[in-house]
Amino acid sequence: MPVDFDFRWAAIIVSGIIGFIAIAIMFGASMFISSRRRSEIKLTSYECGIEAAPFRWSQINIRYYIFAILFLIFDVEAVFLFPWAVIFIGNKIAFYAMLIFLAVLGFAILYGWRKGVLQWSK
Amino acid sequence: MRIVDFFLIILGLLVLFTALSVVVLSLTWLERKFLGRLQRRLGPNRTGPMGLLQPVADAVKLVLKEDILPSSADRAIFWVAPLVVLVPSFMLWVTIPAAENLVLRNVDMGLFYIIAFSVITILGLVLAGWGSANKYGILGGLRSSAQLISYEIPVIMVVIAVAMMAQSLNLIHITNFQLPGIQSITPETARLEAGIQNVPFAVLQPLGMVIFLIAGLAEVGRTPFDIYFAESEIVGGPFVEYSGAHWSVFFLAEYMNTFIIAALTALLFLGGWHGPFNPTSPQWLESLVGVVWFLVKTYFVILVIFWIRGTFPRLRIDQLMAFAWQVVVPLSFANILITGVFMYYGWPWWSLTLMSLTLSSVIGYLIYKHVTAPARKVAEVYNRRRMIERQPRRQAGRQSSGPSAGPEEAVSGG
Repeated sequence: MPVDFDFRWAAIIVSGIIGFIAIAIMFGASMFISSRRRSEIKLTSYECGIEAAPFRWSQINIRYYIFAILFLIFDVEAVFLFPWAVIFIGNKIAFYAMLIFLAVLGFAILYGWRKGVLQWSK
Repeated sequence: MRIVDFFLIILGLLVLFTALSVVVLSLTWLERKFLGRLQRRLGPNRTGPMGLLQPVADAVKLVLKEDILPSSADRAIFWVAPLVVLVPSFMLWVTIPAAENLVLRNVDMGLFYIIAFSVITILGLVLAGWGSANKYGILGGLRSSAQLISYEIPVIMVVIAVAMMAQSLNLIHITNFQLPGIQSITPETARLEAGIQNVPFAVLQPLGMVIFLIAGLAEVGRTPFDIYFAESEIVGGPFVEYSGAHWSVFFLAEYMNTFIIAALTALLFLGGWHGPFNPTSPQWLESLVGVVWFLVKTYFVILVIFWIRGTFPRLRIDQLMAFAWQVVVPLSFANILITGVFMYYGWPWWSLTLMSLTLSSVIGYLIYKHVTAPARKVAEVYNRRRMIERQPRRQAGRQSSGPSAGPEEAVSGG
């Protein structure tokens, strides 16, 4: 049984490798076939027609981090929900415990809503 | 024996890759033709009969084009980003069944695996935007991260609700559970009057299906939610600097993901490969008819997706995020709650449909009120102004007969 299990997941790893190789072949073929005429101006980064300003890695708006943190909370919670979803029937403690957990999360959403975290601009 | 199995897997994967490429080609043709018909155009009709060779011509063109690597870009990240986007969406197809015995590897945690791997695509998009060292690219990459992680949560929640109904994370079990008359998989669900409850989950959870379609559209960045590569705002977002083969890989991944969302909708909510005319005696015929049903349902969902693309304008980013966190996430939580209560107390099957429909109509009404609020305000101001204007006219008689206020004036006044 453990051997079978390993073998089953091995197929998924092999699929990743095969996808990788197929795309690499496509890139290689494209490199061979396609035309190549490099010039200084062609390799500059894209701007609106004017000469590109020297690029600095720019600052990022803080909202992106807030949404990323929110996502982390809910994603971790989803990891708890997945095993619960297939065993909760007839399991009184599991069911009510998860209801309490969801209530806490719902309260968290409401709190974020009141704080204005969920709005993009405010 | 083991080595033969190994080569069989590799053969199967190659067949899968070829089939997916053909599917993507068919999707590009279908999208252009269908959008053309929606806009009263003919669509592609020059290359081959009905333009059927157009995708082939496009593919050849893309491979022949020069693959430019801008000098300011971070070379390694720029190169690897398309792979990070495409390879996970190919790996998902290993576990997605097209018929009961037509799946490369049936994994018991299939649903969990699919959710886990579909998130990697986000990383690829952020890498693409970051690596190309372009302002539009970075903006697009960040937008894609914000949008995709926000809409990932409703997808996960709806999928969990489906797993709660079927009491399994295995895609084949979930799909078989929707066939009327089949025995329940676990003794716990057998308690719930098997045979009555086994209908396609679209009937039991209309709310879940709608949420899954909306959030799925946002996940693959189809048109109402395509702000992260919006051409008119950030000129292609993460894909600005890409050309040739690298760009075509992003394109391939987008269509593959669209197909995955449609296929998952068909499997989880529409009954997958089960249909009215399904022979059971020879196994090959059963598989064949199953695949046909599966493809019919999947392409139906895909046509709906294209129809949405032809109908709705693009959202703004604030509307998009507000919709995700204030409408779709709470709704998906409510979906889990009603499903849990329904399953735990063993209520009759139509009660879930009723709860789901009630919830979705209430929320739909609220959204309708919210969306049409500005228009209703304009109408109110307009009406009030007309009332005010009518009164002095009556007092003054015929003398003051100025032109009545048009709607534009009413808007500027209000």
